[in-house]
Amino acid sequence: MKNVIEEAAVQQKKTLGFWIYLMTDLVLFASLFATFAVLRGQTFGGPSGHDLFNMPFVLLETMILLTSSFTAGLAILGSNRGYKKQTIFWLFVTFALGAAFLTLELTEFSHLVSEGDGWQRSAFLSSFFTLVGTHGLHIAIGLLWLAVMIIRLIRFKFKQTDLNRLALFALFWHFLDVVWIFIFSIVYLIGGMA
Amino acid sequence: MLQNILDFVFGRLKPSDFVHDPIMAGAGFAMVGALILAIIGLTYFKKWGWLWRNWITSLDPKKIGVMYILVSVIMLLRGLADALLLRAQQATDGSAGLLTSDHFQQIFSAHGSIMIFFVAMGIIFGVFNLIIPSQIGARDVAFPFLNSVSFWLFAAGMILINAPLIVGEFSTAGWLAYPPLSELQYSPGVGVDYWIWSLQIAGIGSLLSGINFFVTILKMRAPGMTLMKMPIFVWSALTSTGLIMFAFPILTATLGMLSLDRLMGMHFFTATGGGNPMMYVNLIWAWGHPEVYILVLPAFGIFSEVVSAFSGKKLFGYTSMVVALLAIAILSFTVWLHHFFTMGAGADVNTFFGIMTMIIAIPTGVKVFNWIFTMYRGRVRFATPMLWFMGFIVTFTLGGLAGVLMSVPPADFQFHNSLFLVAHFHTMIVGGVLFGAFAGFAYWFPKFTGFTLNERLGRYAFWNWIVGFLLAFVPLYILGFMGATRRLDHYDPSMGWQGLFVVAGIGVAIICVGVFFQLLQLGYSIWKRNDNRVGSDPWNGRSFEWSIASPPPEYNFAVIPTVTQRDEFWELKKKKHGSLLKSHYEDIWLPKNSGLGPIIGAFALAFGIAVIWHMWWLLIVGLVGVVVTLIIRLTSDETEEKMTAAEVAKHELKRGIV
Ligand SMILES: [Cu+2]
Repeated sequence: MKNVIEEAAVQQKKTLGFWIYLMTDLVLFASLFATFAVLRGQTFGGPSGHDLFNMPFVLLETMILLTSSFTAGLAILGSNRGYKKQTIFWLFVTFALGAAFLTLELTEFSHLVSEGDGWQRSAFLSSFFTLVGTHGLHIAIGLLWLAVMIIRLIRFKFKQTDLNRLALFALFWHFLDVVWIFIFSIVYLIGGMA
Repeated sequence: MLQNILDFVFGRLKPSDFVHDPIMAGAGFAMVGALILAIIGLTYFKKWGWLWRNWITSLDPKKIGVMYILVSVIMLLRGLADALLLRAQQATDGSAGLLTSDHFQQIFSAHGSIMIFFVAMGIIFGVFNLIIPSQIGARDVAFPFLNSVSFWLFAAGMILINAPLIVGEFSTAGWLAYPPLSELQYSPGVGVDYWIWSLQIAGIGSLLSGINFFVTILKMRAPGMTLMKMPIFVWSALTSTGLIMFAFPILTATLGMLSLDRLMGMHFFTATGGGNPMMYVNLIWAWGHPEVYILVLPAFGIFSEVVSAFSGKKLFGYTSMVVALLAIAILSFTVWLHHFFTMGAGADVNTFFGIMTMIIAIPTGVKVFNWIFTMYRGRVRFATPMLWFMGFIVTFTLGGLAGVLMSVPPADFQFHNSLFLVAHFHTMIVGGVLFGAFAGFAYWFPKFTGFTLNERLGRYAFWNWIVGFLLAFVPLYILGFMGATRRLDHYDPSMGWQGLFVVAGIGVAIICVGVFFQLLQLGYSIWKRNDNRVGSDPWNGRSFEWSIASPPPEYNFAVIPTVTQRDEFWELKKKKHGSLLKSHYEDIWLPKNSGLGPIIGAFALAFGIAVIWHMWWLLIVGLVGVVVTLIIRLTSDETEEKMTAAEVAKHELKRGIV
């Protein structure tokens, strides 16, 4: 085994590398946001955001995702203090909230498609589905990550390496939360204006 | 029923997709033949195990670097063959019927995409892998496994971009595939999909590699090496990888959106449905202009190392070099619109981007003067790396001036899409990136082999290259003024262009002679290697890579050096106690080999093939394969092994350095 100092150096590199990855992901989202901003008005005779968005529904999604970020934070607090049961519990809650968010998002998508307002309808809807869908894809990956981690934490009794991974996961989850705030404000609030 | 099954298994792949015209079929057969020969050779000499253990699964950046360079060299030959065909077609004004229009378009699209993504990028990452760890006094990169994944994604992309020679067709939409031409409506075949997915897969590899080296440089420098004490090549790599981190996600998003248009009927860039093709052009150049600097900044770094080593002086104006690198890096994100002044953004916008483009010439000029002042009053040795540098100064300055000319929007309305532009960017990329790579190759070759390249053949290669290069591209500047546009597969004889096109064709032929001498030089130098054996420091170098054995041991440094000043190794040599080695060794951790990198590459390749040919089952296989392999790797803890201090001492003893 490596000694403590070597381990800490490895973890430092991973944390910095992960932060940088998140920044590159942010640039990817920025490109999609820019495209959405340009194509927002290109409804090609179809419905606009004002016609389609159901604000109470979106607010519900938002509250669920924000809460899941909070519970992920509680899980990290628990793991820092060595409260294993508490950590696992809050991770389960985070997973459930994330899954609920994803279900709601897919419900919204399938509703739009069934009404004939799918991504093929107009440039506006293409950019809407892609931007929101990319965020949803990230959430799905996060859920997969979370599931693997819960299994490992239980099975390997909170090994240090798994706790390190948990810290990175929390970063990822909060990051998705921040991106969602932007989606909520730019896509739904501004994009939903008449 | 049978048809349904066939459709399910093979997607839109039909037997007729394997049928090609003679030239393409010839290239395809040659490729498959070479592959079969390699397989027979490996089996006959029982080298599969060696290949797998020592190369494919290796996480040693030096091995990965060599593989990058090898792929780039092969792709350079492919790109050169494409160039030769294009020039032959234009020298005969298309009347000889050498190539059909369609085939001509496929070739120029392939030439550009391959040269940028699989030659220039491959060289850059090869040099990063080979040089950065040893220059900063490190044993490895920050994330060795990620490094392997990056390389195998690069390799998967390389296979995809060459596959059209055998099955299907390549894109006819140019190296940046502007919509609406690249949309499904106008390019219904697999060509654009090949283009998208080969670039997408290789591009994600580049992005990961950029992050990797950025963290390596920030976190793994030897104790005492502050940022301003780093070798200038490392600075150039830091700025280049910084650009990668900001630029490549834009490429990923843009290619993704174009693909969604084509696969799912979206309307991002289509001519109908409210799509906006101009958005694509903006996005692709928001990546594309920084990409130019991603490639050329490391070349600047190589030249800086070469100039100071071969002038026997420290680099003139180190701080201004660093400031210039940073200035170029930042400015490179503020000029992308100069690629489409004619699109109609209006006078104000064009003026802004024109001025920004002119400003970027200032830090570049600072660098040129610094190099020249480094040579001033130095004891300049005109070995081949230095010849490439001199060639670079001449061509790059010439091309740079042409670039400043084009940054004036009213002038650009004349030059836009003309051969003047083609000549300009070839002067920059060939004269900058490629000459830099050649200089670096001759300079660092002995470090990794223990013997130098033959000087005489190197000179022959250089002179053929520089003469051929000027003959090939100066006529294009003139043709551009005469109104010849790019991508012409034929033109009317009354234009009076043919003479100059013939000269340009002769130029490319002379370049081919230069390349022949380079290959000869490599082969001859390996054959006669015992005559050219050198020690660890053949050029009297300045940075740490010259302090370790040639070729370096897997761990680079038995003892990590400590740094107190710039050019530490050089200063130590001056004080006559050149040995950095102490007899006290410590345990070294090295990454274990891993076959998961190449497996991820293989699944990504499968995914690419599936998406291109609409084999949806294979798409699932590829996707699940990548995810599962990643989970296996990311959840395994014992990925390194220890080399004890005693073993290190034994290794060092065997090399005769204690
Ligand atoms: Cu540019």
